[in-house]
This record gives sequence, structure tokens and C-alpha cells, in this order.
Amino acid sequence: MRRIGALFVILFGSSFLLYNLAAISTDPIAELRLSDAPNKEQLILNLTRELRLDLPAPVRYFIWLRGVLGVFVGNPNFGLTREQEPVVTAIAGAIPVTVRLVFVATIVAIVLGISLGITSALRQYTRFDYGMTFFAFLLFSLPIFWVAVLLKQYLAIDFNDFLVNAVISPGWIIGLSVAAGFFWAAIFSGSRKRVSLIFIGVFIANSALLTVISVTKWFAYPRLGPIAIAVLGVGIAFGVTYLSVGLSSQAALRTSLLMAAAGTISYFPAQTLLNSDRPRVGLLILLVLLVVVSVAGSFIFSRIDRGPIIRTSLITSFLIGLLILVDRLMQAWRPFLESDDVNFRPVATIGQSTIWLSEVPFWVRVLDQVMHLILPTIALTLISFAGYIRFSRGTLLDVLNQDYIRTARAKGLNERTVIMRHAFRNTMIPLTTIMVADIAGIVGGAIITERVFAWQGMGTLFNKAIVSFDLNLLMGVSIFLSALAIIANLIADLLYSALDPRIRVGAGK
Amino acid sequence: MAKKDKVVEQASVDQSENAILNKETEGLSQGQIVFRRFVRHRAAMISVVILFTLIALVYTALDWRIGSKDDPYVIPGWWKYNFEDLPPLRFEDCPGGTVGCPTIDGIPFLDGDGVQLGEHPFGQDDIGRDYFALVMRGAQRSILVMFIIGIIAATLGTVIGSIAGYFRGWVDAILMRLVDFIITIPVIIIGSVIGYHYGNKGAAFLAVLLGIFAWTGLSRLVRGEFLSLREREFVDAARVAGASNRRIIFKHILPNAIGVIIVSVTLLMSGAILLETALSFLGFGVTAPDVSLGLLISTYQDAFTTRPWLFWYPGIFIIAIALCINFIGDGLRDAFDPRQRRRLSRKDKANARMMKNRSEVAS
Repeated sequence: MRRIGALFVILFGSSFLLYNLAAISTDPIAELRLSDAPNKEQLILNLTRELRLDLPAPVRYFIWLRGVLGVFVGNPNFGLTREQEPVVTAIAGAIPVTVRLVFVATIVAIVLGISLGITSALRQYTRFDYGMTFFAFLLFSLPIFWVAVLLKQYLAIDFNDFLVNAVISPGWIIGLSVAAGFFWAAIFSGSRKRVSLIFIGVFIANSALLTVISVTKWFAYPRLGPIAIAVLGVGIAFGVTYLSVGLSSQAALRTSLLMAAAGTISYFPAQTLLNSDRPRVGLLILLVLLVVVSVAGSFIFSRIDRGPIIRTSLITSFLIGLLILVDRLMQAWRPFLESDDVNFRPVATIGQSTIWLSEVPFWVRVLDQVMHLILPTIALTLISFAGYIRFSRGTLLDVLNQDYIRTARAKGLNERTVIMRHAFRNTMIPLTTIMVADIAGIVGGAIITERVFAWQGMGTLFNKAIVSFDLNLLMGVSIFLSALAIIANLIADLLYSALDPRIRVGAGK
Repeated sequence: MAKKDKVVEQASVDQSENAILNKETEGLSQGQIVFRRFVRHRAAMISVVILFTLIALVYTALDWRIGSKDDPYVIPGWWKYNFEDLPPLRFEDCPGGTVGCPTIDGIPFLDGDGVQLGEHPFGQDDIGRDYFALVMRGAQRSILVMFIIGIIAATLGTVIGSIAGYFRGWVDAILMRLVDFIITIPVIIIGSVIGYHYGNKGAAFLAVLLGIFAWTGLSRLVRGEFLSLREREFVDAARVAGASNRRIIFKHILPNAIGVIIVSVTLLMSGAILLETALSFLGFGVTAPDVSLGLLISTYQDAFTTRPWLFWYPGIFIIAIALCINFIGDGLRDAFDPRQRRRLSRKDKANARMMKNRSEVAS
């Protein structure tokens, strides 16, 4: 309770500070003073009255605050923007856009960053580790607007050009395969023979795959189909089981494989469900079905200790469900490409969605939004996941030096259990708090990204507020961001104490 | 059994490695040890060399005009153009019908004329200004902003953090509330509000204002250090010996906290250069008559498809500077971290093994 009180004090203080800072440094009349309109005096007087410029800035702040405090009596008044639109409406319209932008980028950054960071920690002082460190520092030093322009050129424009005949040139095939070979060989480092074997294996597999993709023009006519889903599903089942409980657990492996089979079978009814008039309902039914099957499967195959097995099969089924969804989106690819509004340039460089001139099916619309998300998401991900790489690497190295890890090794547990069960979970404790506290920072970073990609979100509002001296709008945006930051910090603290029993909130002093 | 032997052997090798490390630091002060560790950090040393070369190169390239506008006292730079000069725009031999392409030639002998800078190594902008001079000027501004923000934030953050951490009580409470107030507003928002209105007053002025709001994170760190250091025995000893508060703060505690301060100031500086370029890019930083790297990128981002050099060179300078600072910060952190042990090279390990064998023979 005391913390919530402190929260309001901080919000009050920071908004007071920003309001006065902004009020002192802005001069909305300056433009009018220089104008040569005949009714100049009248205009200045009107503006003064409208914005209450006759009052000193702190007094104006309290007038503004009185409106905001109406939150408690159910009548909040954040004021009007300069265009006489309520600030709340403007912000409410912008939040979903920004959230959509930030949400995917955060998840991708977290998953990729943590897995790369952990791999790099487990391979400490190898070439892979040094490479990752350099990569992370490089990303730290990249200005996001610069990356964004590069992405627009090489990922959007060049990729769209490539899609015209969708044939990958031999040079690219060899280059990509060599890169992939180096990457995997560096991860599975070992003796020289092992490394070169892995390199050759990955190289051959990768070039074969790329050749097939090129020959079938897969990028122009992408499909997964039931067979690919079955193969990938079995792969996912093995992978998830290995990471979560180990392949030695027969029950978990069987359940996951069952899920792969169930996913593949459900592919056919899923098509009817997803193609129905209500695709959202179909999606929901599919989700419930997969969850039910995976829980039931775990009950059939295991009698004791069902928790981890249910978890494993749930993750598996979720990933397979995702595959089915991706397949459905791929089916919408051709109609999407061929529609007049897209005109064979699928990767969009600006805006948050195409303005459709004619009615389009649901899935085409979804695909369109996905294609618009790609570039900003990559830009935001690149910037924010460097932090996760460094941080998860450092934390895992710290944890691996702890006594309980030595105990676990001394007990004779295998390496997988030590890493995944003992080390990884303890690494996640500080990481969780960083992640939560980071969300506010990413929203702030999205301001620039929105500008480069011309999205109409919080960043655009903020830009408009500054350029047009719109104090109400500026305060609305900033109080939203500040509140987000403070609440995220509060949640981070509470999570920290919930996850780590050694720490108690409010203790000490 | 064999495995156990190996473990025992490993332990004794570890011991002799420790002996080597201890021997190396024998008779050295803390500062010397840190300096030696830093010099050994290869990436950091390379970065130091590159950064200082860059700074020297950038600041001596253009003419310095001191004094009145009409009759300035000129210190000539080594580059023939200034960023305000307007040489004629080059039209001939540019690819794809563009104008003002770069004349820099890095490929030796393949095309017959070897490595050379040419008339306009980085090309020319729309009205013919030499882009190399512009980039140099922008880099000067960016480096200046970076150092000003770093110095101001370091001073303010250290002073405020140490006062809060040393005196505790209500002083601490008030100062830390102030920190909370500032830290909850996203940096980019404060920066834009300030920058939009004061950006035209010059880069240095803008940097001072930004520095006034950039110290909060550092002061929190310093406060934390002080809170733990002030409970240590040597502080008690100093107090018993009759040292004043000022002496305890500056002579006894601050030198022990200097590692944290230096490391976080370097990281703050790399953040500062990105902040300045981002603000200039948004149009809320350094404005038109003056030049900044962010502003250059912002102006020519649409020219990327036709004249990519206008976009590449400023970006490469930003990245090079920020990357160097980041690596130096990393090297400093490793150097100041007492837990950090040097990785022994193969030769050192061989020495350790030899020493161990010798001692076994002797016993």
C-alpha cells in the first residue's frame, strides 16, 4: 500500500517537472508574433485565452491536474488537443498500434536473446562467445533509424524484387549455407574433426533445402501442407521433450509424439474451421481442442508426476498449432500478392496496414498486417535483444559458479538437467525483472521506429505534440509512458520477491 | 580412478596458475593492477587507439575560425574544404546519372590508379558542399556533445549520489525522490522537449541541458556504493582519527567507488552519442545551419537508393565511435572487477605445469 502511495507521489512529481519544463521552453505565440495577418492582435489574444497563457506555468499545471484527478470521481478530463479532440480519445486510438508494434518485437527479442545468450555462456571463451559479444556490442552501437533505412532497402525493396521470379542464385545458396555451417559448427564446438563434420553436414543440408526452395519457387507459392507439418511436428516433439524433461522420459516423449500426430490429423478439420465465416471462433476451437488432447494424452501415458509432462505436451501442441496457423496464412499469400492494392510488393516499408480499396477476406487482411509488422519488428528486435544476450550470458555465468550447481553436478545429474533445471530457472529470476522493466523502455524506443516506418501510434502523437506546442497531448502521452514505467517497475519488484524466496519486498531499512 | 587423478592434477595446476597471477600483482598499487588488466584487454586497447585516432583526425580536419565572423583568426585544418564552402558540383563519371559521387578509391591497383582520396572522398551533397567536411563537422559536434553530457552527468551524478548515500536520512530521501521524478520520464521525451526549443542555440548548449537530466542512473549507482562502503571498517577508522566528512567522502570512499563511476560513465557516453543523433534525426536536436551526424542521415535517408554514400558515411562514423566507447567500457569493467581472473595463455599454462613438475621433483 505504501508503494502505491509512493507511485502517485512519483507520478505527480515527474508530471509537474515535465509540464513546467515544457511550458517554459515552449512559446506557442512566437509563430503568431512573426505572422503578418491583419488580425494578429486578436489571434494572439484568442490563443492566450484558449491555452490560459495569462497564468504562470505552475498554476496551469494545477488546472490540468484538477482535470486529471477526476479519475477518482469517475470523471477524468485530460483536456483537449489543439485540434479540439479529447486527449483520451487520441491516446486510446494510438495505444493498440504501439502495443502491436512492441509486443511481437519484445517476444522475439526475449526468446532469441536469451537462447543466444545462454548458448554463448555455455561456450564461454570460444570463438562463438567472442563473436556473440562483438555482435551484441555492434547492436548496442547501432542507431535504430539507420538500421531501419537499411532494412527498408535490403529486406523490403530487394526482397520484393527477388519475389518476382523467386529463384535463389547459386551464389546466395553457397553463401547462406557457408554462414549456416559456420554458425552451427561454432555452437557445437568440439574437436576439429567434429566441427568440420558438422560444418559439412549443415552445409549440404542447407544448400539442398535452398535448392529445393528455389526450384519449386517456394517463396512465390509458399505451402507447408500436412506432410511438412507432420515432419516438423515430430521434430518439435523431440526438441521440446529434450529441453524440458529429457528424452529418457518415455511418457513425455510419447505424449509429445501423440501431439504431433494429433496436430497433423487436425490439419484437415482445421482448414474447414479456419475457412468458416467466423475464423476467430474456429481458432479458439482449435486451441481448446489441442489443449484438451495434450492434457488427456499426458493422463494416459503417465501415472506419476504429471506436471512436467503436461507442460511439455502443451508447449508442443502450441507450436504445432502455430504451424497450422502459418500454413493458413501462406494459403492467403497468392490472393494477397495478386490483389491490386499489393501488386506483388508484399513486404511493406511504411504504414501499419494497406488501405484496401475493395473487400478482402479475413486471412488476407491478417497477412497484410503481418507483412507490415515485419520490418519494424526486426528493427526493434535488433536493438533490444543485444541487452538480453549480454544480460542472460552474465547471469548464467554467475549462476553456474554457485554452490548449488556444484552440488547438482556432484550428485551425478546429467548436464541437461543441471543446465535446464538448476541453472536456467535461477537465471530467469533476474531476467524476468529486467524484461518487465524493459517494456517501458521499448515503448520509448518505438517513438523513433514509428517515425521511420510512418506508423500512427504513440510516437506520432508525441511528435505532433511537440511540434504544435500541444501541452495537453504531450502530458497525456508522457503520463501514460511514466505510469507504464512505474507500474512495470512495481510489478518487477513484486515478481522478483515472488520468484526468489530470499528477497522480501519492503524488508530492511 | 583416472578421472579422479585428473581432477587432482587440475586442482594443483589451478594452484600454480594462482601463484603466477599473484606473483604478477606483487608490489603493485590497485591503480597499477587495474591499468595492467586494462592494457591486456585486447578489444579495449584497439578501441582506445581507434577512438583517439578518430578524434585527432576529426578535430584537425577543418579550419578553426576563432573570433569575429568577418575577420576571423583561422587555424588551418589539413582538409582543403570547410563545411561551409561551396565547390562546384561534380557531374562527370558518376554511376547511374547521379551527381556528386565519392571519389575515394580504396581498391589498390585493380583499376589502375591505386589508393587515393580524390577531390571529394565522400562525395558532395545536393548543393555541392564537400561531404567529407560535413561528416567531419558532424562528428566534431557529436563527440563534443558526448563528452559534455558525460562530464556533466558524471559530476552531478557522483556528487548527488555520494551526498545521498553518505548522509542518508532526509537528504537521501529528498534527493532520491528527485531522481525518481526525472528517471520516470523517458529520456527521449525530455530530450525532445529541450532539444526542439534549444537545438538552434548550438550543440554545446543543447549538450549542457541534456547533461543536466542524464545523471540520475549514475547517482543511484553511486549512492548504492556509498551505502555499503560507509559501513566498512576503514571509514570508521578514519572517523575515529578525526577526519571531516568531506575528507572521508573524497579521500576514503570515492576512490573505492571510482570503478563503478568510470564504467557507468563510459556506457552513459555511448548512450549520449546515440541520443544526440536520434534527437537530431527526429528534428529535435542540432538544427540546420549547423551539422550533426544524425541530421545528415535524416536529411538524406530518402536519397539512399540513388546516392547511398550520403547515408553510409555518417552512419559508419556514429557506429565506430559508439562501438569504441562500448568496448572501452567493457574493458574497464573487466579491469575493475576484482573477481575477474585473467585467462592464462597456453604459454602461461605450460609454465605453470613446468613449475608444478619442478616442485614435485624437488619434493
